[in-house]
Amino acid sequence: MSDQAFPIPDLREADPSAFPGIVVEDVSKRFGDKVVLDHCHLSINKGETLVVIGRSGQGKSVLLKHIVRLLEPDAGRIWVEGRCVTDLGRGALMELRKTFGMLFQGAALFDSMTICENIGLILQEHTDWTAERIRARACECLELVGLVGTEDKLPSALSGGMKKRAGLARAIVMEPEYILYDEPTTGLDPITADAINDLIIKLQRELQVTSIVVTHDMPSAFKVGDRMAMLNDGRIVFQGSVDEVRKTDHPAVRQFIEGRAEGPLGVF
Amino acid sequence: MNVFAYLGHAVLDGLATAGRGFMVFCGIVCHLGVSWKRRNEIIEQMHILVIGSMPLVITTAAFTGAIVAVQTGYQMKNYVPMIFLGTIVAKSVILEMGPVLAALVVGSRLSANYAAELGTMKVTEQLDAMEIMAIEPVQYLGLPRFVAGVLMMPVATLVADFIAIIAALIVSMITLDVTVQTFTAGMRFFWDIADPITGLAKTFFFGGIIAMSGIYHGFATQGGAEGVGKATMQAVVATCLSVLVADYILNTVFMQIIFGGPR
Repeated sequence: MSDQAFPIPDLREADPSAFPGIVVEDVSKRFGDKVVLDHCHLSINKGETLVVIGRSGQGKSVLLKHIVRLLEPDAGRIWVEGRCVTDLGRGALMELRKTFGMLFQGAALFDSMTICENIGLILQEHTDWTAERIRARACECLELVGLVGTEDKLPSALSGGMKKRAGLARAIVMEPEYILYDEPTTGLDPITADAINDLIIKLQRELQVTSIVVTHDMPSAFKVGDRMAMLNDGRIVFQGSVDEVRKTDHPAVRQFIEGRAEGPLGVF
Repeated sequence: MNVFAYLGHAVLDGLATAGRGFMVFCGIVCHLGVSWKRRNEIIEQMHILVIGSMPLVITTAAFTGAIVAVQTGYQMKNYVPMIFLGTIVAKSVILEMGPVLAALVVGSRLSANYAAELGTMKVTEQLDAMEIMAIEPVQYLGLPRFVAGVLMMPVATLVADFIAIIAALIVSMITLDVTVQTFTAGMRFFWDIADPITGLAKTFFFGGIIAMSGIYHGFATQGGAEGVGKATMQAVVATCLSVLVADYILNTVFMQIIFGGPR
């Protein structure tokens, strides 16, 4: 994807309610004494894949959960297509969430349900589809992620990579406009990780979704991202296209993408 | 930290917990209207409560009835006619022993089960996944457990009452030479409809308390395996204490206020 396709939106002076994508506007969050997000500002264009990189414990997953208000910010606001997520009532928030899909780090499959039931649950709750139609759609999604034949298995019978793919099938079953990926390749072997990357790209192309991928897996970040943002100490310290990230002299970004212990980012 | 600061923190924590618990309770009550939509989940939870708890309830009730008969017989021997044995056994079982012991054993099992199950779902982000799917965990997971608890606790208590009385009768016949006629005649003495009404009415509240304790502690779980363990323990402790406190309050309300004191 070219740099021009998804420029970095600078909305600090503009009206975030007029932006068609997602805007994280000066969001701060602390847990006890630890400041996790510190006036974090980030914008995601409609249709792009933004990869948020950063060391473990820097607040990447927390940022992701704020976008769908699984966590409430201490300060700041989140905007999705002009709607202020942080001000939405419960009903409107639930309606908005139907436009999102999320792949959790540990897949978060419901372990008392079969894979088919996991994927079909959202359809069962929000549509009047028959059980047969729901199953057919679940199987269709499983085929898309290469998990044909696992419909009636419990999550405990699947490997880590298969669970992630099942989680991805569950995330896309309602054809969401936005997909949030929380560490999609963490803990997977390189081949399975690459298969997940291919899936993310395939879904992006086929479903035209807006995606936010949180990861510290750089090969994955370079492969799936249109743009990247680096989160450090609760702040976005760098944003740019994949090429800009590759070429940047920013010391923290260079240290991170080269995986060096020496540099401005403290090890401990 | 000085004593006042410690007490202040404890009071504030207690009030915050009560507030959060009340919010979960309100969330469940607000969704009671969709109970029919959740009938499959409710039936599944009823099954877990009644069928799963039955061996425990029967065993506890049988030995409780036996102990009541033996102890009462021992105290009455040579002082009180044995015809009153059935009276005392029936009243103590129907009013107190059946409802409270059933609530304690079923409650411990059930609240631990709910807290561990929901707590594990919380720490493995399954509740977050449900929220993302625009499904209210309180409605999908909390409501069926609450309704099942309220509706099925009286059933478990009825079984406990029946088993305890039968066990007391058998023990009385074997060890105290009391006949069936004497025992049942005693049961009919001083029979008051307020007794079974009070005994059973309490169990609806006990069921609600047990379910709420497990649900609340499950939803409030934080951390990993340690958090689940802590939540489970807190749920069991809270259930046992709440049942005993509620028993006193409900007895006072039913027997002193509604039925107008001892008759």
